Amino acid sequence: MTLTRAFLAILRRDLVLAFRRRAEMINPLLFFVLVITLFPLGIGAQPHLLQAIAPGVIWVAALLAAMLSLDSLFRSDFDDGSLEQMLLSPHPASLLVLAKVIAHWLVTGLPLLLVAPLLAVFLGLPSHALGVLLLTLLLGTPVLSLIGAIGVALTVGLRRGGMILSLLVLPLYVPVLIFAGNAVQMAAGGLPVDAQISILLSILLLALVLAPWPTAAALKMSIN
Amino acid sequence: MTDKSIVLAGVDLSCIRDDRVLFEELNFTLHAGQVLLLEGKNGSGKTSLLRILCGFREADAGQVLWLGEPIDDSRYYADMAYVGHLDGIKKELTVLENLNVSLALGRPGRFSIDEALVRVHLNGYDDVPAQSLSAGQKRRLSLARLLTTGNRLWILDEPFTSLDRAGIALIESLMREHCADGGMIVLTSHHDIDLHDAVVQRIHLS
Repeated sequence: MTLTRAFLAILRRDLVLAFRRRAEMINPLLFFVLVITLFPLGIGAQPHLLQAIAPGVIWVAALLAAMLSLDSLFRSDFDDGSLEQMLLSPHPASLLVLAKVIAHWLVTGLPLLLVAPLLAVFLGLPSHALGVLLLTLLLGTPVLSLIGAIGVALTVGLRRGGMILSLLVLPLYVPVLIFAGNAVQMAAGGLPVDAQISILLSILLLALVLAPWPTAAALKMSIN
Repeated sequence: MTDKSIVLAGVDLSCIRDDRVLFEELNFTLHAGQVLLLEGKNGSGKTSLLRILCGFREADAGQVLWLGEPIDDSRYYADMAYVGHLDGIKKELTVLENLNVSLALGRPGRFSIDEALVRVHLNGYDDVPAQSLSAGQKRRLSLARLLTTGNRLWILDEPFTSLDRAGIALIESLMREHCADGGMIVLTSHHDIDLHDAVVQRIHLS
């Protein structure tokens, strides 16, 4: 199973690299925590308002944190030529790309999931909505990494791709934001959220299957 | 075109960059054991030609054939290795980790990682992070990749950059061995190369 071996080697390499550059990798998480802790300070002593906007605040912060972390996905590989070597491999580039995206999510998306409950309590989100919040983050943040990868792959060859990247990727993030935010809102009000969760799940599965191909194709274009 | 012994062929290749024609209707054939040396001044399209051979760039006209088939339709990528300007080394990873990743991406070659490190005189550096290697040592590391993975075709862009005299002699001897084994090399170089009895074709781009 040489393909499995290549897949795991890339996954492992990226996790090791993230661990050795942990100062850089902690940035999105720090951003997520800072933004959310600043909201109560800015709004003041209005617990009901805070509780009402909590789902939206957490999700918007998660989305922006994901955006912030995207550039690191292919940048260093592009700069040092590792990307060229990866694309010259006889294995399908889309699967190697998927390994990179999974590693990226484990390093930048998963930590958001771990601190979210704490921040939710901080904002006064009812405890019965916590499970749904975590579920939406679990289903939603991988989509952010997968869709974001297409955008980064398209812009990695540009010198100042940051602005274009936001313009490309943010509109595609909106469905995730709407359904996830809505699900948490409904759960806080004690309403069923099966529909939103199913939609998020289907978005995730679609992104998982469809996103690696355009990402690989865009990378081939970018290294031209 | 039906000559079975031709392994790599460029047919009527053209490359246009920024409205400037770098080369037009370039033809070459490469047989097992041969070397193709690209010459020409800076900006004459040597690297562009190598990147076309790698499939990074599409030729503006013509095609590259591997065993008679266009490179995208064949097992070309399992049989070639490229060392370019960028060395493809992760500076945070150790020498051993770097080679392990490239080995996992390709298929095992003639030498194990330990043997390859001995060949390029990097033995004992296994656990050294690549960022503390000198420029010449990094170059040797990226050339060690050629030995650990199994490839018939080496595509080398200025392989002698930042190598000392001993390093150049070493790489030349590795190239001679590769050709004697039926391997092929396409390279650009500003140095004179001494490959003894290997057949060296030259293309002069101007």
